[in-house]
Amino acid sequence: MEFLIYSLIALALIAGISVLFLDVFSSIIAAGFVSLIVSILFLILKAPDVAMAEVSIGAALTIGILLFAKAKSDKIQTKN
Amino acid sequence: MKKFIAVLIVVVIGFYFYKSLNYFKFGAEREGVYTYYNSHAVSDTGVANIVTSIVLTYRGFDTLGEVTILFLSAIGIGALVYGRKEKVLKETCFIIDTSYKILFPAILLYGVYVFLHGHLTPGGGFQGGAIIATGLMLRLVTVDKKWNEKMFSFLEGLSGLSFVLLGAAGLLLLGSFLANKGVLGLGVVKNLFSAGIIPLIYIAIGLKVGFELTGIVNNLKKD
Repeated sequence: MEFLIYSLIALALIAGISVLFLDVFSSIIAAGFVSLIVSILFLILKAPDVAMAEVSIGAALTIGILLFAKAKSDKIQTKN
Repeated sequence: MKKFIAVLIVVVIGFYFYKSLNYFKFGAEREGVYTYYNSHAVSDTGVANIVTSIVLTYRGFDTLGEVTILFLSAIGIGALVYGRKEKVLKETCFIIDTSYKILFPAILLYGVYVFLHGHLTPGGGFQGGAIIATGLMLRLVTVDKKWNEKMFSFLEGLSGLSFVLLGAAGLLLLGSFLANKGVLGLGVVKNLFSAGIIPLIYIAIGLKVGFELTGIVNNLKKD
């Protein structure tokens, strides 16, 4: 029960911090961390299938796609 | 004028949301389909994981729709970046190179394990396919060769087609789409070879989703 409360507080804090970073890279990593905490919450709510889907898609593939997009936008900015 | 119509639509949708959510009291006991699933799912389909039996047998047609949606989005992304060239990596990171050689077989093995045992443990086709796509995404960042798009598109289409053919075989031989009690028997619960065509469907879905998501990431990586 305490773990549930602590993880909900951590979730709200990290989601709030992720929009306050000055660096885009740190925001992307914080978004991946939010996805990880959400998947642990799904496991506490007794839904292991949803937790596995959230870890593999939300915390790995989405972050990978966001990092590819950031690298491409950086390249466009330096070309300009 | 447009803002007024937008606010009106939001109010109407919000009203119907409120009415439908108010129909169920929060936390009350609801008699419904779940009592039937709890008592009959294992004997009807022979799987130990009831979520799998719901996804593939009781609501199997919705899974077909979901596979179609994934396929359409992959085609849409491929159409958006049509004609862009794929660039070759100029330098690769030493850490990722070394860890790729050790991690890649383990990730693939774990992904195949997850969708192969979808009827016994939590997981299934979509989760296993996403894990395979994670391993292949690691390969996209390190290995210098181009991603063989034609071959993997063909394999992905073949897996999707085999899902539809398994359902159609149920239609032809037994009278209903994705019928399960039939040619391959149900078997003993908790064995690896059990539950009719459900493991075969999950193998098809797992391979399809894995190659599809990798194709999407590769398309977004192009110039």
